[in-house]
Amino acid sequence: MLLNYVDFGKLMSKIEVKSFDLYYTNFHALKDININIVDRRITTIIGPSGCGKSTLLRSINRINDITEGVHTSGEINIYGKNIYDNKINVDILRRNVGMVFQRPNPFPISIYENVAFGLRVNRISSNRSIISETVERSLKAVLLWDNIKDKLHKSALTLTLEEQQRLCIARVIAVAPHIILLDEPCSSLDPVAIQKIEELIIQLKDRYTIIIVTHNMQQAARVSDDTAFMLFGKLIEFDKTEKIFTNPSKKETEDYVSGRFW
Amino acid sequence: MRKIIDTMIEKVIFLCGMLSVIFVILIFSFLFIESFAFFRGFNIIKFIAGRYWYPDSEPVSFGIFSLLVGSFLVTLGACLIAVPLSVMTALYISEVVSKNVRDILKSLVELMAAIPSVVIGFIGMIVLVPCVRKLFNIPTGLTAFSGSVMLAFMAIPTIVTISEDAIRSVPRQYKEGALALGATKWQTIRRIVLKTARPGIIAAVMLGIGRVIGETMTVMMVTGNSSRIPHSIFEPVRTMTAVIAAEIGETVSGSMHYKALFSIGLVLFLITFIINFAAELFLGKNKNK
Repeated sequence: MLLNYVDFGKLMSKIEVKSFDLYYTNFHALKDININIVDRRITTIIGPSGCGKSTLLRSINRINDITEGVHTSGEINIYGKNIYDNKINVDILRRNVGMVFQRPNPFPISIYENVAFGLRVNRISSNRSIISETVERSLKAVLLWDNIKDKLHKSALTLTLEEQQRLCIARVIAVAPHIILLDEPCSSLDPVAIQKIEELIIQLKDRYTIIIVTHNMQQAARVSDDTAFMLFGKLIEFDKTEKIFTNPSKKETEDYVSGRFW
Repeated sequence: MRKIIDTMIEKVIFLCGMLSVIFVILIFSFLFIESFAFFRGFNIIKFIAGRYWYPDSEPVSFGIFSLLVGSFLVTLGACLIAVPLSVMTALYISEVVSKNVRDILKSLVELMAAIPSVVIGFIGMIVLVPCVRKLFNIPTGLTAFSGSVMLAFMAIPTIVTISEDAIRSVPRQYKEGALALGATKWQTIRRIVLKTARPGIIAAVMLGIGRVIGETMTVMMVTGNSSRIPHSIFEPVRTMTAVIAAEIGETVSGSMHYKALFSIGLVLFLITFIINFAAELFLGKNKNK
C-alpha cells in the first residue's frame, strides 16, 4: 500500500517518467520517454495517430497491463514512488490516478450506481448517506446534478453522449484521485459539448493534476498549460503550451503544429 | 436470364426456410391430434396429476405425475451441478487464461458436446452408478442423482459456449472503466461483467435445461426406471422421455397406451418450447442493448 491516497497531503507532487519503454509483443510503442509533469496543471499530449500518446497515458495508471503482450522497462514515478515496482498495489494506484476514456463508457447500471461504483469497490464508505452525499457532490462538480437529480435511478445509457462523458468524469472525481488522465475525452462529442467539457476540465485544474491526450491541437492550445509533442513513439518536445504553439524549438514540432503532416 | 436465376434462388431459399417451420407445425399437430384422441378417452387431470402409470394392468391408469417429478428432479439436479460449473468455466475461459489456452479449452468443451448420449450413459452405468451405490451406501446406484450428474455433463458444453459468448461480448470499455476506478479483477467480473452478460447467461442456462429435459438415452440407462414418486434424489426415478423410448415399441398402434405416450410427448414438447422461447427472449434482450 505504498500509494495510499491519504498519505499524499499537499506535496508538490509530480509524475516523473524515466527512460520508459513499452512494447506490444514485438512492436516498440514507446521509446525512451523522459518527462516531468507538474502538479495542478493541465498537460496535453499531442501527436499524429499511432505516435504512442494514448499508450503513454495508459501507462500512467497501468491500465495497459490488461492488454496481452505488453511489457515495459524504465520507471514512472508518481510522488516519488515507481508505479512499476512489484510492491505497488495496482488497484490503489488506479484509484488515485483516475481515467476518462475516449468513448464515454458509463456502466449499464443506474446513474447513481455509476458514481457510487468507485466508492463501493474501494470500500471508501458503505454508509448510505455518505455515498449519497458524494454522488451529489461529484455530479454537481461536473454540472450534471441539476439536469438529472430527478432521474438518478434511470440507466446511465439514457443520457446524451456529453452527459455520459460528464458522468464518467463525476465517477472518477467521486473516488478522490490526485491525477486525472483523459484519453481524447471529446472525440465523440459535438462542438457545443466539447466546449462545455473543456470548460469543466479547466475548472477541475485547481484540485487535480490533469493530463489530456488529444488529436485536436486547438483544444490543446485552449485548455493546457504544458504540451508534450510525440512522434513515432518518441517524445520530441515538452514545454509551455504557448511556446510549443508559437515558437517550438524542434523542427518536427513546428511542422506538426503548423499543419504540415508527414 | 440473371433475373430468372435470382428469383429462382430466392424461391428455393424461401422454400427451405418454410420447410422447417412446416415440419415443426406438422409434428405439433400430429402430437396434438393423437393426444386429443387420448384425452377424449382419459381425463386430462387424471393424466397430469395421477400418481400411477399402469398402462398394462386392469383397470389401466395413465398418471404421469411420477414421471413429471422424475424429469423435474433429474433436471433440477443437473442444473444445480452444471450451472455453477459452466459459468465458472466460461469466466475462466473468457477472463482468465491466455489466448492459446483459451482456444484449446474452448475446443475441448465443444468436443464434449459431440459425445453421443449413449456413450455418456454407458460410462455412467459402468463408472458412476457403482460409485454412487458404494459412496452413499444405498441399495442401488441407479438413481435420480446419477442421472443428474451425467446430464450435467451434457448440459455443460451448451451453457459454457453460449455464456462464454455473452461474457466476451461485454464491451472492453466497461472492464477498463471499472479497473480504472480501482476495482479489482474479481470486483470487475462480479459487478460489471456478470451483470452485463446476465441475459446471455440466463439464455444459456435455459438452452442447457432444454437439452437436459429432452435427453433420453442417458437417463434411461442410469436412473433405474422406476415410475413411482421418489422421496429423495438417491432413489430410482423414471422420466417422461424414458417412458416414451422404452414403451413405444411394445404398444399396439392406435391403442390408448400408444396415444398416452404421444400425450407425454406433447407435454415434453410444450415444456421445451416454453424454455426455448424464454431463452430467445433473454437472448433478444441481450442483443438490443
